[in-house]
Parts: sequence; C-alpha cells; structure tokens
Amino acid sequence: MSLLQTHQLKAFYGDFQALFGIDFEIAPGEIVAIIGANGAGKSTFLKTVCGLLKAPREAVLFDGAAIGGLAPGQIVQQGIAMVPEGRRLFPSLSVEENLLMGAYAKRTGPWSLDTVYALFPVLKQKRHNPSTALSGGQQQMVAIGRGLMSNPRLLICDEVSLGLAPIVVKEIYNALPRVCAGGLTVIVVEQDVGMAQLVSSRLYCLQEGRVTLSGASGELTREQISQAYFGV
Amino acid sequence: MLGWIDTILQGVLLGGLYALFAMGQSLMFGVMRLTNTAHGDFIILAAFGAFSLSLAFGLPPAAAPWLAMGLLLPIAFGAGYGLQRVLLNHTLGRDPLPSLVVTFGLAIVIQNLLQETYSADPRSIESGGLNTASVALGGGLAVGTLPLLIFLVAVGMAIGMQMLFDRTPIGRAFRAVSDDKDAAELMGLDHRHVYALATGIAFLLVAVAGTLHGMKTTVSPADGPALLLYAFEAVIIGGMGSFYGTLAGGIILGVTQAVGFRFDPGWGIWFGHIVFLMMLVVRPSGLFPKTR
Repeated sequence: MSLLQTHQLKAFYGDFQALFGIDFEIAPGEIVAIIGANGAGKSTFLKTVCGLLKAPREAVLFDGAAIGGLAPGQIVQQGIAMVPEGRRLFPSLSVEENLLMGAYAKRTGPWSLDTVYALFPVLKQKRHNPSTALSGGQQQMVAIGRGLMSNPRLLICDEVSLGLAPIVVKEIYNALPRVCAGGLTVIVVEQDVGMAQLVSSRLYCLQEGRVTLSGASGELTREQISQAYFGV
Repeated sequence: MLGWIDTILQGVLLGGLYALFAMGQSLMFGVMRLTNTAHGDFIILAAFGAFSLSLAFGLPPAAAPWLAMGLLLPIAFGAGYGLQRVLLNHTLGRDPLPSLVVTFGLAIVIQNLLQETYSADPRSIESGGLNTASVALGGGLAVGTLPLLIFLVAVGMAIGMQMLFDRTPIGRAFRAVSDDKDAAELMGLDHRHVYALATGIAFLLVAVAGTLHGMKTTVSPADGPALLLYAFEAVIIGGMGSFYGTLAGGIILGVTQAVGFRFDPGWGIWFGHIVFLMMLVVRPSGLFPKTR
C-alpha cells in the first residue's frame, strides 16, 4: 500500500504544460529520490503534491485519500511537509520562531523543539538569531527542522544541496537516517545525482515533464541516468 | 521660550492623535501590503457610530462615550474580519491597483452613506466636559486632558501592537505571512484567515481612534481623506512595519505642524507635507523600517 501515489498527473502554468502525466509512488518508510535537470518539472511536481499548484482531485492520492488541488494548509494537516527549494525561511523571525511556525498545524508526533535541537545542536546555540543571519548549511538545517516540526508522515526535501558546499551537504544528509528512524517517509529532490543515488532506495528521473527512468538506485548505471537525464 | 515649549508639547500631543489614526493602517500595510484608501473614512464612520451609540442609551455624557467605544469594538472587529474575508482578500495580488481602487470606492460609499444618514452637519460626541478639561504641568504650562489621554492611548497601542507582533503566536503568523505568504501556507497557515484577523485588529484600533477623535473635535462625513493623509504620512515618515516607528512618525508630523502653525496659521499643515516630502527624498524607507 503506497503512502503517496500520483496517477497520470498533469500540471499547467496558465497555458504552458509543465507535467505530461507523471506516475509516481512511494511506500511508507521509503526514501525515494527525484532527479532531473533545471526545468524538468521536479519543483512543479512537488508544488502539485503540496497544493501550491492546482491538480485534479483524484490524480494525487495520499494514503488512499484524494488530495489533488486541496489548499496547502489542508495538505499539511494530512501529514505532508515540504522543505522548499531555497529554504524560504522567514527573515523577520528568529531560528526558534521559524521552527515554531513549522508546528503551526499542531500535529502530534516525535518532533518538537527539543528533538530538533538534538538533531541539529548548532541551532540551539543560535535559536534567537534572525534566521537569515546563519550560514547556508545552518539555514538548511532550520528549514529541515521546520518541516519536521509539523510531524509529517511524508517529508519532501526540495534541492537541499542547492548552493551548499559538498562537505556541508554531506553533513546534512548524514542526519537523514536519524530523521527516518521513526518511520518517516522521505522524497528527496536533487540535482546532485551521486548524492541522490546514495541516500535513496529508488529513484525517478524527470525530463521535460515526463518520467524517463525509474528503478532501484543501486542498480541504475551512469549511462542509463545520463540518457534519461539529458534525453540524448 | 515658554511659548516654544508649549508649541512642541502641543505638537507632541497632536502627534499622538496622528499616530492613533496611523496604527491601523500600519498594521494592514505591514501584514498584507494593503493600502486602504478608505482608512480615514472608516475612522469617521467609527466616530459617527460612537456618536449614535453614545446617545442610544440615555447615559450621562461622562460615561456614554466609553460605553459606546466598548460596544463599537466587537462590531468593528467583526466588520474588519468580514470585509477582508469577503471583499479585500480578492483584491490582493502582485498588482497594487485593485486594492487601491476598491478601497477608494469604499471611501465614496462610506462618505455618501454618512451624509445620507447624518446630513453634512458636524457632530461631536459629548464627553461631559472632558474635551475642555486641562492638566496643569507647572511653570505656566498646561495640556488638555483629552489630548494627553489620546497621546497615552497611542503610546499604549504602539507598545501593545509591537508586543503582539513580537511575542504572540498570532504575531508570529503575521510576520511570517508578511515575509512569504506561500511558505507560510506550507506551514498550514490559511492566509485568508490571518489577513482577516489583521484587518479585524486594525479596525479595533480604528474604532478607538474614531471615538476619541469624535470626542476631541467635530466630525463631518467628508473628513476622511484628510485623516488618511495624516495617517499615511505618519506611517511613511516612521517607516513601514514598525509600530514604534509609526508613533515616532506621528509625533514628528504633529510637532512639525505645530511649529508651522506658530509661524502662521496657514502654514501648519503645509510644514507637515514639506517634512513628509523631504523624508521621501532623503530616506524613503522611513526612520525605523522593518518591512521589506
């Protein structure tokens, strides 16, 4: 029984079609990666799942319930949290206030300020600093922590490595097993293909709004991925 | 010398009134970038509302205005919440024009409704002598009791609103939705509800401002636009997004006008406009800006 399933998902920005029928599924407890070049449709796909972009009601199923086109607030209540591309922290709020905003939906679960600070101890030291005054890697930790604070069943990480040094990216992905220890399901969207293969059990490759490849991360070859990624 | 101190003092108290007018607008602009062209008209509407309420129950004039204000507050909150939810939420977007035009239309409707209901005669809210009472400060200086009260209310409002923003969950929500509406939605926040709460609270401030203004001086249906101008100038001078800034902006405007009046009765308002224009040239973001 899959936790999230999309069926022939199409998405439009006005008249421009960005997704041409995406079939996707992820089972509880899995870590699945979505890779693809800029403009492939990764962020568009995530926006339709999270409710920021309209979709047909039955095209997105979460734990059997049709959630396509619902408001983002309702989707968070159902248990999907997004760590957005580029962090999108609230500059007027401190680190701790950003984390508290994550808990706005008041879902119960293992994640709270204490457990998030235990996961990322450096944030506890900087809890009262303005959130955008932190380094890129620390801001990414705040963004992930903020997503966790809503106690989701599905966490979506959109390009966590964007703009970060490789060593910082490694440090953040090292925390992923601890995040998933409680049975959290994670979708990782990445441009860093190597990292995506390393942390996930399965991956999908998008190219120009279509799924061009899907399979077990450990089994896919560089050639297969290149071909699917670039479409040559 | 004493004359100058008196002028500055009167200017500060006048500034308190302007800050009172401006608080609601500062809140609405800070949270949702909405410029309410009808803001001054809503203050006048509140004043007329308080006027009618104060006469409705046959209470002595010393108590009637306060009861009127008390009754007006929940009505104002409901009206603000409803107006935002039903009408103004639909005007918000990347283009600032729809909200300006719709609230301009609201202004015209309010002014004409008031004129129909109350005629163009100026009205004042009886306060049992409060509007003429004064407090002696020693050294030959005295200030009106009501202007002093208005100033203290304005300071209290600024402190209260800043504390609401900085220390409460709803204040956190206001700041978050003001920073990034879509990211706030990803946290489960419904921006339509949060915006409506902001307008509801802004209308509470408008109700207080209208009642006190109606007690201090006479009001007529067409007075709104002048109040909008003072409120707008106070918000711009003080810097958007900061309630202390709005308080400072109001005081600066009030003092400038008072100094201008001292030179020549025709120059008071004009001096205020000059300072406002200078601020736009020298430091357009205002003195204490917090909103990006």
